[in-house]
Amino acid sequence: MRYAAIDSWVVAKRDLIHWVREPVRVFANLAYPVISVLIFGLVFGSAMNVFGGGDYIEFLLPGMFGQTIAFGVGTTLMMVSMDADRGVTDRFRASPMSQTGVVAGRSIADLVNSSLELLVLALCGLVIGWSFHDGLLNALVAFALFLWLRFALVWVGIYLGLLVKPEAAQASWMFLFPLTMFANTFVSPELMPGWLRVVAEWNPLSSTVAAARELFGNPGVGGDSWAAQHSLLLAVLWPAVFVAVFWPLSVLKYRNLSR
Amino acid sequence: MLAEGLRKSFDKKAALDGFDLAVPAGTVCGLLGPNGAGKTTAVRILATLLRLDGGRAEVAGFDVAREAPQVRRQVALNGQQSTVDDVLTGKENLVMWGRLYHLSKRQASARADELLEQFGLTDAADKRAKQYSGGMRRRLDLASSFIQRPSVLFLDEPTTGLDPRNRGEVWREVKRVVAEGTTVLLTTQYLDEADQLADQIVVLDTGRVAAQGTPDQLKSKLGGDRIEVVVRTAEELPVVRDVLGPDAEVDADGFRVSAAVIDRVAALTRVTSALAAKGVEAEDIALRRPTLDEVFLAITGHKAVDTSGVRA
Repeated sequence: MRYAAIDSWVVAKRDLIHWVREPVRVFANLAYPVISVLIFGLVFGSAMNVFGGGDYIEFLLPGMFGQTIAFGVGTTLMMVSMDADRGVTDRFRASPMSQTGVVAGRSIADLVNSSLELLVLALCGLVIGWSFHDGLLNALVAFALFLWLRFALVWVGIYLGLLVKPEAAQASWMFLFPLTMFANTFVSPELMPGWLRVVAEWNPLSSTVAAARELFGNPGVGGDSWAAQHSLLLAVLWPAVFVAVFWPLSVLKYRNLSR
Repeated sequence: MLAEGLRKSFDKKAALDGFDLAVPAGTVCGLLGPNGAGKTTAVRILATLLRLDGGRAEVAGFDVAREAPQVRRQVALNGQQSTVDDVLTGKENLVMWGRLYHLSKRQASARADELLEQFGLTDAADKRAKQYSGGMRRRLDLASSFIQRPSVLFLDEPTTGLDPRNRGEVWREVKRVVAEGTTVLLTTQYLDEADQLADQIVVLDTGRVAAQGTPDQLKSKLGGDRIEVVVRTAEELPVVRDVLGPDAEVDADGFRVSAAVIDRVAALTRVTSALAAKGVEAEDIALRRPTLDEVFLAITGHKAVDTSGVRA
């Protein structure tokens, strides 16, 4: 058990050192959401409507947090498939280290990375006019919900990372991008055509984003669907479902490496 | 290290089909074979990375199937790819593996310094591995395998893709650790590598042992290296044949005579001076080592079939 903790930390530290030494990558990671906030908030913002009224930047920021978190699955996927491809995973498996350490280390590194992204985005948002209105505690709960989703996505990323080669992993954003847009992230589902609206309302990302809007006191909350009205519950449940499905799948896949 | 009747299939295709192996402690065994012969599969099973379908294997006295954790404390694996982390320095790489082998921080750091010294990397200890040459990276990778002083080391094609000088460096390190008592199982596609390092060579063909013995035994089976003399006129062919000895083969169309030799350099000297004495001016004289394909053909009677597509 003690070794599991040490192993996790050693594996996580490897990634953290990468970020410190290769700030270009971190910068590129952060640049995308920051630039998006500026483009959507300041360029498109004036032409955007928030269903039910309200300031678009106030509406946008929780959506950006959500998209950033969802893109994190691409990072996890990439790192896991690179380790597997380079034989690092095999070295881990042939060593006496605890197998929990490999995945726990991955989770720690990814959560630290995403927390940093959220922090930078939030600061950027505060500068251009976003804010939270229902107290610091509620705001922190909202961020905790984002990280809960991120934790669940680590497992999705581990499973997919063991499944595909790095070249395929690189293409994952092509799927991630629309998945993060067919949601309530940038536009209220109420403004979308019927079928897409249903997809967007039930998109797990929408639940977390809607719950966060509520906790931040930002506009765009509510809607007629059951999913929209129970966003807080779903923001807790959806990630739990991901974990329940992808945790065992990942463990199975990891074991099957020795097939 | 012992393997008896190992069997392993991927998608119903047999990668290992009754593979046997016995390597005495402290010796080097070279697994030789073309891509797809089952070398990597054998190594992965013995290193506890793959489950076997049939047979049994023991490494360092432990059963690989039932006592995998004990085996992992005794073995180190050095795969075809380098697992060196580019962004970390040489020392940080070693400390990381030291920690994963459950040394304390101080022990891991001390062991890293020792290994850097042994593998001649002390000067580059604090440089990022990105700046290392191919040979240095390979040495660092090897060093990281030695953290727990393994009693068995698996080397899967350790010099594939290295230039001759770097290959020499790696060979020197392997010889050094063997001298310290480590048992090594080496897979290679290069005949000369097995020749340089191995006490015992096992030739694999489609999942089975096709031949085994010391390098000298295998070579004498094949006739070893060959000397080839090319002349300008057909009249000179019999003269050359006399010089090369009774087993010489004459290729009249190519004005070429060839024969097996044991000592390469001595044979070359002898043939050159004998030809000069008889007044034969050769167009070309060359020493040639049998290629793996030729060895393989001689031993198995068929060409190497590349089935590497079965499993990378």
